[in-house]
Amino acid sequence: MTDKQLPAVLVLADGTVAHGKAFGAIGTATGEICFNTGMTGYQEVFTDPSYYGQILIMNTVHVGNYGVKEDEVESDNVKIRGLIGRNLEDGYSRKLANGSLEEYLKANNIVSIEGVDTRALVAHIRTKGAMNCIISSETTDVEALKARLAQVPDMDGLELASHVSTTEAYEMGNPDSDVRIAVMDYGVKQHILHCMTDRGAFVKVFPAKTALETVNAFRPHGYFISNGPGDPSAMDYAITTVKEILKEEKPVFGICLGHQLLALANDIPTFKMHHGHRGLNHPVKNLVTGRSEITTQNHGFGVDPEAVKKADHIEVTHVNLNDQSIEGIRVKGKPAFSVQYHPESTPGPHDSRYLFDQFIELIRQHNN
Amino acid sequence: MPKDTSIRSVLIIGSGPIVIGQACEFDYSGTQAARSLREEGIKVYLINSNPATIMTDPMMAEKVYLLPLTVESIEQILQENEIDAVLPTMGGQTALNLAKEAEDLGLWEKYNVRLIGVDIKAIDKAEDREKFRQWMIALGVPVATAKTANSFLEGKEFAQQIGFPLVIRPSFTLGGTGGGFVHDKNDLDEALNRGLQASPIHEVLVEKAVLGWKEFELELLRDAADNVCIICTVENFDPMGVHTGDSITVAPAMTLSDTAMQLMRNTAIRMMRDLGNFAGGCNVQFALNPDTEEIIAIEINPRVSRSSALASKATGYPIAKIAAKLAIGYNLDELENQITRTTSAYFEPALDYVIVKVPRWNFDKFKGANDTLGLQMKSVGEVMAIGRSFTEAIQKACQSLENNAVGLGYYGKSLMHADDLLEYIKTPKWDRLFRIKDALMAGISVGTISKATNGIDRWFLYEIQKIVNLEKRLEKYDLTTLPEELLREAKVNGFSDEQISRIIGHGNEEDIYQRRKELGITRVYKMVDTCSAEFEARTPYFYSSFEGGNINESRVSDKKKIIVLGSGPNRIGQGIEFDYCCVHGLLAIKEAGYEAIMVNCNPETVSTDFDIADKLYFEPVYWEHLWEIIEHEKPEGVIVQLGGQTALKLAERLHEKGIPIIGTSFDSMDIAEDRGRFSDLLKELGIPYPDYGTAYDVDEAITVANKVGYPVLVRPSYVLGGQRMRIVINDDEVENAVVSLLKHIPGNKILIDHFLDRCQEAEVDAIFDGENFHVMGVMEHIEPAGIHSGDSHAVLPAFNLSPMEVTTMEYYSEKIARALNIRGLINIQFAIKDGKVFVIEANPRASRTTPFIAKAYQIPYLNIATKVMIGASKLTDFRFEKKLAGFAIKEPVFSFNKFPGVNKELGPEMKSTGEAIRFVKDLRDPYFRQLYKDRSMYLSK
Repeated sequence: MTDKQLPAVLVLADGTVAHGKAFGAIGTATGEICFNTGMTGYQEVFTDPSYYGQILIMNTVHVGNYGVKEDEVESDNVKIRGLIGRNLEDGYSRKLANGSLEEYLKANNIVSIEGVDTRALVAHIRTKGAMNCIISSETTDVEALKARLAQVPDMDGLELASHVSTTEAYEMGNPDSDVRIAVMDYGVKQHILHCMTDRGAFVKVFPAKTALETVNAFRPHGYFISNGPGDPSAMDYAITTVKEILKEEKPVFGICLGHQLLALANDIPTFKMHHGHRGLNHPVKNLVTGRSEITTQNHGFGVDPEAVKKADHIEVTHVNLNDQSIEGIRVKGKPAFSVQYHPESTPGPHDSRYLFDQFIELIRQHNN
Repeated sequence: MPKDTSIRSVLIIGSGPIVIGQACEFDYSGTQAARSLREEGIKVYLINSNPATIMTDPMMAEKVYLLPLTVESIEQILQENEIDAVLPTMGGQTALNLAKEAEDLGLWEKYNVRLIGVDIKAIDKAEDREKFRQWMIALGVPVATAKTANSFLEGKEFAQQIGFPLVIRPSFTLGGTGGGFVHDKNDLDEALNRGLQASPIHEVLVEKAVLGWKEFELELLRDAADNVCIICTVENFDPMGVHTGDSITVAPAMTLSDTAMQLMRNTAIRMMRDLGNFAGGCNVQFALNPDTEEIIAIEINPRVSRSSALASKATGYPIAKIAAKLAIGYNLDELENQITRTTSAYFEPALDYVIVKVPRWNFDKFKGANDTLGLQMKSVGEVMAIGRSFTEAIQKACQSLENNAVGLGYYGKSLMHADDLLEYIKTPKWDRLFRIKDALMAGISVGTISKATNGIDRWFLYEIQKIVNLEKRLEKYDLTTLPEELLREAKVNGFSDEQISRIIGHGNEEDIYQRRKELGITRVYKMVDTCSAEFEARTPYFYSSFEGGNINESRVSDKKKIIVLGSGPNRIGQGIEFDYCCVHGLLAIKEAGYEAIMVNCNPETVSTDFDIADKLYFEPVYWEHLWEIIEHEKPEGVIVQLGGQTALKLAERLHEKGIPIIGTSFDSMDIAEDRGRFSDLLKELGIPYPDYGTAYDVDEAITVANKVGYPVLVRPSYVLGGQRMRIVINDDEVENAVVSLLKHIPGNKILIDHFLDRCQEAEVDAIFDGENFHVMGVMEHIEPAGIHSGDSHAVLPAFNLSPMEVTTMEYYSEKIARALNIRGLINIQFAIKDGKVFVIEANPRASRTTPFIAKAYQIPYLNIATKVMIGASKLTDFRFEKKLAGFAIKEPVFSFNKFPGVNKELGPEMKSTGEAIRFVKDLRDPYFRQLYKDRSMYLSK
């Protein structure tokens, strides 16, 4: 916060206007508005490819306090389109940090607005649902911004994964490992890969639209279907790939978008949620073990609960304790499972990392 | 697992009298636990010797035992009742220690009672420093280098090995009693001796001091299925070296990266799971090295605590209530979020605001005490403030403290020079926060201050720098030139109207208020909902802030409303008893058909539990905040009688604004409070009072003293708990007393009373409804006059006064109540000499003894008094059946052990921190006889 901040303005698709002050890059940004309730880990969130195309409200009131650090990222740049906060902080104290949030947002050309009543905004979205919005620090002409906002496509039916997927395949981990995992990259978070390589796996990450034939040349022991942004039902190419993968009869693990794709590949529809789950505190019950876990979540689409319950070939393994939504499934008779939440949990509680152990264990069992 | 049906009755152990380190937060937790268990159909039995607690009310339990917290009392309860289980985690270390003592004696086994909520073997591992250390090492959790010493010689030897600075930590003590830092060899002997003596097992830990590391606390809940969640992470503003009870603390953690946060979370969960087999609450403290972000474990408390009470208020998550349910078998994922009522209790609250807790100290009461803060807790109370930024919250916290701060700054006082400030802030003291701000005002850099304070995180200092920058910008303007945007920014950052007017040096609080209202800069109220607005909540728990758009979440109902003012932070002379009064006031208001609204800022209290009042404003008991709540809610009136002197002080402003004061009028209260007006009234009524006079300087004082006759009592007008009162016997002493008084409270009127030497003291609490007068109780003090009533043993009913004297007191009380046209409560203090009854003072409000009488006679006096105040009932509507066989004694309890070197003599200035109740059958009781024999022992000269 400086004494001479430019004014900035936020306009929602329903006409709601909020005034604040500019932070980060000066400019205009559009996208779907969403909120995250997490109180730590803003840099990991901002660089999470699943946030591609979104303008994010951070509910926690101070963001930027500990600066930014090179290696606490989920991809090589910031993925959110814009940031909305109550108090965005330029001053930081962390000794291990490499720089301030403001410099970072400027370098990544992210337009941000602070000083808005984020709580009122969150309550508004909670009631009215997710919608597009525009933020600008170069003009306060609300009518002009509204006109521009009208041009922004709706998130429903939008394919975004291919925009954030790697363009070249790459490998990570120990090449001599007995666990080789092919990762279908629809916007994978780096720490998901680390969670696998830390457990001894060798992973190869493939661009979203890679043909299974090419993937199989890697001779994988298992497949990982990654998280990512956008509407899964608009990803015919990926649904086809997952269907083919399932025919391989090898272990398959999906996270978030990957979970939705696994459902779609099994003829279970997905739907656009009213305002999604984004935060670090969502309670999930593991129906297999009876134990519960605090999870990291980031999704605006979900798996249709009624269709899952009717499907004989699908077992629900995890449910959300707040709204009973489907958090995890297993394909009966196949070594394939997925969760809607983020067990790599960067940021967030590490309660669910056991799922990576299970995946690796499943591959090892299958190899024997 | 669902509820364990084999548990049909539970004994809850309370924490006893209030002492430093163990205050009314345990009434809050005990009350929550009792209610939580009762709603499950479990019979609750309660033991606590503290009469001023809500938990010991008949409505809280099947049976309440107001007995000393001893194994004998426990055995009596177990003999008299069929008890299945005991819950010892709600009453602080006192309750845990008592449970352990009973365990060692085999009591629980003998009576077939299960311990729930705790693993008794875990108590040792958590409390015994050496066992804790060994356990941590075995678990692979880093701790500070240390060695346990059982003798002086061992201690010296280990100190030499470990090197300075180091810490001495006695085992098994409360609030760090007897502990301390040793910076060099010269201080070692004394510190070692004190530590060894403080420990009941003569054991201390000699530990490497991790000065400059940051300190964090996590509040955890765990169920029998081993699900664990973190309710709150609290960051200490003060780095390692200051007891967490004496630290300014902030939630959520402000300077923690997610990697550091998860490291702590994982470690805390590992520690709690390994500690033993129990379901309930737990607190874990860590220190973090800011250079490397490595952490070490400091301690673990397997029970609810002061921190968990704060965490409950900070997040809205009722930790004690849920912990009680976990203790009887429920799992977290089977319970609902008490705030949203639609989501799960198994989650981790997300905050979209900042809370700041600032402790309240009372060093002025402990002359000669070392006021440097350290390992041993010294504060007597605390305030919490909620804001939408750290700057707003910390300024609100300062406004809540009631020490004349109008925000983060006093103004008008001469500032120290930059060099002196820099030197001053090197030592943690109660006013360091204010001096840090002064240092920033003087242009000292954040980096320099962070170094000087041995590691206060720079982020906090940057935030204070924002306040300083705003103040410097404000200084350039006056009322007419002050730009709208700047005024708005100042309000957003927590500046009070009074503060702004003092900074610009123009106009007053009212002018700024008018100005900003014209500009539409007004408070909005936001809800504490545990979930950052993600889910809809209907909890009536609000705080204020300033937001563009003015979206207000506190909807005003069309019911008639009454506001109850709380008593702010606990301090000596004003503590838990007023929380007790407020709770009953709120409940009575609800019963009378009104909406009950509570305003208070003390997180330790039951009255600020979100489900006591119909609506809770967690706000400073400070005029500006109160006034905007009144403007928003438009109540029928405000009750000031229940919140001690804090609430009463606001009566004048309310009166000026034409806001009805429920009960006794402002004018009548003023007569009682103003010595001159009160004496005139007594004269008119023909009631004797000690001769007195007033003075503004030494010469006048000496003249008055000679006129009224020595010995005389010298004191300032309008004081709390006998602050700065002195009894003096000659002109020289008058001069000294007056000079010292005027130095501390310049311009104050000084009262000089003839002191009735060797007289007997007594007091009356009563209710008047405009027609009828009811004496609640007549209490006779065991100690002779000269000791503050709060520090005296009071016996109910009078035991040594003649029936004639008692009748006279009652007669005078009624005369005064009628003359003042009291509606509600009045307390009158008497001196009796040679058969003659003198009135010393009258307090037109609930007194410290009101809860004591209610407990002793088992009559809901606060409920009755509140209904009388409102006018909903007359005294004739109630039947008064005083159930007391024998006598009840109110026993003062002191915390002198926290202040080595302090004069323990008692005098007209109150020093006790808490009280206990003791019932005796008759005057032959050995306890009473001993008290009576010793009655003059501690009297000061």
